[in-house]
Amino acid sequence: MTIPNIVGAGLIVIGAGLGIGKIGGSAMDAIARQPEASGKIQTAMLIAAALIEGIGFAALFAA
Amino acid sequence: MRRKFSIKKITLLLFLVSFVTVAQHHGDESGHQEGSTEVTSEDAQKKSIKDYINHHLLDSYDFGLYSYTNDHGKKVHVGFPLPVILWDGGLKVFSSSKFHHGEEVAKVGDNYYKMYHNKIYKTDAEGTMNFEEGDHDHPTNAKPLDFSITKNVVFIFLVSLLMFVVFSRMAKSYKKNPVPKGIGRFLEPIILYVRDDIAIPNIGKKHYKKYMGYLLTVFFFVWIINLLGLTPLGVNVTNNIAVTFALALITYLITTFTANKNYWGHIFWMPGVPWPMKIILAPIELLGTFIKPFSLMIRLYANITAGHVVLMSIIGLMFLFKNWLGSSLSFGLAFALSLLELLVAALQAYIFTMLSALYFGSAVEEHHDH
Repeated sequence: MTIPNIVGAGLIVIGAGLGIGKIGGSAMDAIARQPEASGKIQTAMLIAAALIEGIGFAALFAA
Repeated sequence: MRRKFSIKKITLLLFLVSFVTVAQHHGDESGHQEGSTEVTSEDAQKKSIKDYINHHLLDSYDFGLYSYTNDHGKKVHVGFPLPVILWDGGLKVFSSSKFHHGEEVAKVGDNYYKMYHNKIYKTDAEGTMNFEEGDHDHPTNAKPLDFSITKNVVFIFLVSLLMFVVFSRMAKSYKKNPVPKGIGRFLEPIILYVRDDIAIPNIGKKHYKKYMGYLLTVFFFVWIINLLGLTPLGVNVTNNIAVTFALALITYLITTFTANKNYWGHIFWMPGVPWPMKIILAPIELLGTFIKPFSLMIRLYANITAGHVVLMSIIGLMFLFKNWLGSSLSFGLAFALSLLELLVAALQAYIFTMLSALYFGSAVEEHHDH
């Protein structure tokens, strides 16, 4: 592990964290507005989070 | 009433076993402290924890439960060997006990084999490994083709067998009585969930039936094998990128071979965009078909590996802190993280199934106007 690797890994985690946080926050808003659609919103949220996570892990392996 | 009692018994047994394990570790540690001075023992412990984690992440040729150093200073391994199957100018089958946990050269017929960094190489009688200049990780010795029944393979077989027995018995019980019995009561809602909330919304009512077999199999396989990874048996099949690669490859093949005209039309000649864009989009879309299963592979592998590394590092911290505050803190953290890993085990199985269903759905989508 060299310093650029560590910094890169940190940046990736910040980016992925912001992305997943935004998805989670938006999903919360959506559920608060339409509680009856919470099942569908949760599914969509998990898919989007999984896609970001996939990219994040791919980048972490590269770093 | 009888059933309730047996569950109680099992819980009690598990509780006792966990105490025995803790006591064992405690004994190990106190032995360690007496033997050496403070500074070197801490460095040695750090290294041994790191080695232990690395060892846990790898597949192995024997099924080792644990190992310890006995009173005579000799290392004792508790576990049993598994068969090694090599193809090296003919089939060679022998027990992995011949390697003595990688410490000795195995003689099979006229050939000699040695284990180096968990891989089997062909050597001479003394077990010399040849290296390129300045490199100590990749020997230039010949590698025989390896078809061994390793620890991962054993557990894949076991889980397959378990699933086959449980689900075929469950299917048989439905022929007599539509009300599920025994474990079926637990599994029926999960199977219905996979059908009603994963398969039908993503694939559509018309085509979902032919994919249900694969979706249910992959869901339960990934879930059970992830849960087994959390037991103290030291199984970690989905930590192996070859396993997740095989699973993703099956998804890719099913998507490719069941795809209709409409799917290929969207890849090679995207409807509804001007023609120069069609030429630019075709290679991107084609690449996309490979990236989808690739991300499936990486996601499952990386999630489970990351979970195991973090959990084991926190357990390792207990042995480094050596005071009641730090150790109890890391115990609490490890406990909470184990619960999180239970969730991740199910979530990853769900996401793998969900995304597979999504890809199958895109493969059989009917034509609609843009």
